[in-house]
Amino acid sequence: MSEAVTPQRNVVSRLWNDKETRSVIIQIIAIVLILGFFAYIIRNAMINLEAIGKGFSFKFLTQASSYDINQHFIEYNSRSSHFRAMLVGILNTILVAFCGIVLATILGFFLGVLRLSKNWLTSKLAYVYIEYVRNVPVLLHILLVYGLIVHSLPVPKQAWGLADTAFLTNRGLFSPKPLYEPLFWVVFALFVAAVIFSLWFRRYAQKVQDDTGYHYPVFWITVGAVIGLPGIAYFLLGSPITWEIPELKGFNYKGGMVIRPEFIALWIALSGYTAASIGEIVRSGIIAVNYGQTEAAAALGISRERTLNLVVIPQALRVIVPPLTSQYLNLTKNSSLAIAIGYMDIVATIGGISLNQTGREMECMSIVLILYLILSLLISAAMNWYNRSIKLVER
Amino acid sequence: MSEKTYTPGEHPDLPPPANLIGPVAWIRKNLLSTPTNIVMTVLAIWFLYEVVPAAVNWLFLDAAFTGENRDDCRAQASGACWAFISERMKLFTYGFYPIEERWRVNISFLLLIAAIVPVLFDKVPFRKFGLYFSCAFPFIAAWLLLGGYGLTPVETDKFGGFMLTLVIGVTGIAFSLPIGILLALGRQSQLPIIRVFSVSFIEFIRGVPLITLLFVASTMLNYFLPAGVTFDLLLRVLIMVTLFASAYMAEVIRGGLQAIPKGQFEAADAMGLKYWPAMRLIVLPQALKISIPSIVNTFIGLYKDTTLVIIIGLLDPLGIGRASLADTKWTGLSNEVYLFVAIFFFISCFGMARYSLYLENKLQTDHKR
Repeated sequence: MSEAVTPQRNVVSRLWNDKETRSVIIQIIAIVLILGFFAYIIRNAMINLEAIGKGFSFKFLTQASSYDINQHFIEYNSRSSHFRAMLVGILNTILVAFCGIVLATILGFFLGVLRLSKNWLTSKLAYVYIEYVRNVPVLLHILLVYGLIVHSLPVPKQAWGLADTAFLTNRGLFSPKPLYEPLFWVVFALFVAAVIFSLWFRRYAQKVQDDTGYHYPVFWITVGAVIGLPGIAYFLLGSPITWEIPELKGFNYKGGMVIRPEFIALWIALSGYTAASIGEIVRSGIIAVNYGQTEAAAALGISRERTLNLVVIPQALRVIVPPLTSQYLNLTKNSSLAIAIGYMDIVATIGGISLNQTGREMECMSIVLILYLILSLLISAAMNWYNRSIKLVER
Repeated sequence: MSEKTYTPGEHPDLPPPANLIGPVAWIRKNLLSTPTNIVMTVLAIWFLYEVVPAAVNWLFLDAAFTGENRDDCRAQASGACWAFISERMKLFTYGFYPIEERWRVNISFLLLIAAIVPVLFDKVPFRKFGLYFSCAFPFIAAWLLLGGYGLTPVETDKFGGFMLTLVIGVTGIAFSLPIGILLALGRQSQLPIIRVFSVSFIEFIRGVPLITLLFVASTMLNYFLPAGVTFDLLLRVLIMVTLFASAYMAEVIRGGLQAIPKGQFEAADAMGLKYWPAMRLIVLPQALKISIPSIVNTFIGLYKDTTLVIIIGLLDPLGIGRASLADTKWTGLSNEVYLFVAIFFFISCFGMARYSLYLENKLQTDHKR
């Protein structure tokens, strides 16, 4: 009966049943659908923007922003441009992400070790902390910590002082501000030189150890160079820093350096939250190292401490680093929740107030999205580089 | 009795020495084995001594459970003011859903339980019919909550409280898994265009915070629709949350797919199975089983992320709490509100995590060590 089938249908069914052509057909359909979808929404956007006479341009970035940002590292006031507001926002995001990553890593390793501790009580305490933190939304942590700071810390008049130089209040942590005198650059130059020297020295010591087996006390020499050298210079030059100590004037402290409660709350909440996940990652990483490795090190007569440093941790790091990277990315992305407590990061500046003032939703949101994509890419690139450097080198 | 003699191998096992069993030995082993251990035990006990009594006092013993306003509470007791929470309980549960229609929320909640049970446990009677019901549930619930077809319509801006959390969470969970599976298969696909599309979608979504996507949904999305067409804000949020979770889900499932030995794919080819049957019958059951813990973790993450909707103005429990704090009668009680909401999230998320452990044990078919 096969002659009854028309040749046309035959061709179609043959094409469809051939793996190569079928995949080409499917892909053509997919690309037409995707491009059609994008063309449709872009056309809609153009028509809609036309209708309200907006257009798509980034000219507004040069206009005056006319709002204040209470934490800025570069010169900024309400007459500065929206572009400058964006830069301030980026710096604030990077600051809280960087501080958060550092603190979360320290706390996380600490928690992971506590979880593995032989002591039943401490291990259970760490477990309770981790379970509580992981099962409650991070936004809630941020609001809770912020609420605690604002409602439970004393007002400036009854501030908790630390030796009358630093003061903790519900308006933030006021600490002395260093004022650099001209000679300070000598100390700073020495510090930079010491850092470069210790980087070189580490390589040199490694080479000497590989060639001759002689082991330099690298850690102590590095500490001596980086801290000792600038320290001695600092005192020889007659302490070229004066400190501006904050003073209570009226209802608040004036002068000195202030770390705002928004920053403190965001920093503590984000690091505490991420530390719980890092703790679990560290724990599973250390467990993943076969116990035979520790026994083998003991059989070779390596001391307990150096077993940990030279045998267990390098192997555990290989398991730990990839999930650690995604935790760092999460922390950076979660820092966008700053907007809930009014910390001025990227989302709150360019994606918040600038957006509302100029009405440029498209432009502002694309800037925010692109900035976050760049940040994420940079962090993954850095962590991938680190991951490659600790990877197992096989023959 | 002591004179009794035994033939070799007949002697009953004697109990272990007294200093190796019982609570004393346990304490010696787990709390006091080394000097460091002793120091840590002392520190931990000191910490507990400082924290636990204070917390119990604040939470229960010194807390006020009745009162008209904040000053009333403070006059009664120095601890937490739970009167605030109990007065607002209805608001926390239903949001601004019309009072005379709240039975519909209650029924939806009961139906939700009925729909979840057959999915979670395989020993329930009539499981097959239960599963059909579970598939139909989202539509029934949508009808009950939104109204129409004989029920009074309710606008979605009236949704709020725990009910809103459940609406977003359940929708996101139900739809992100299938989309995530498709994206993961797309990322592993042999067809370059499908692969490029999946990779760019997944990496874009994973590179930006959810909050920016929600901003996109609330400020920009209307520009991309034809003039005159608008989406409801809740629907836009639901779409964004689902897409966001499905990108993470795709990565989790890709991990599972990569763990399947190549021989399994080849075996499926050898059996003459086409792509979809091979995936459905051979690859996905194994891949999904391996990725259960991570899938549940993604669900928990999604569920926790529902709180972010307060930033674009939806009133989930956290939003209700923050709005209530603005009431001058109850100002300054943020700790109580946040703790209350935290307990709600803790119970739901901890429950999900426990269920994932149970499932992991149940599905473990290889030999335990």
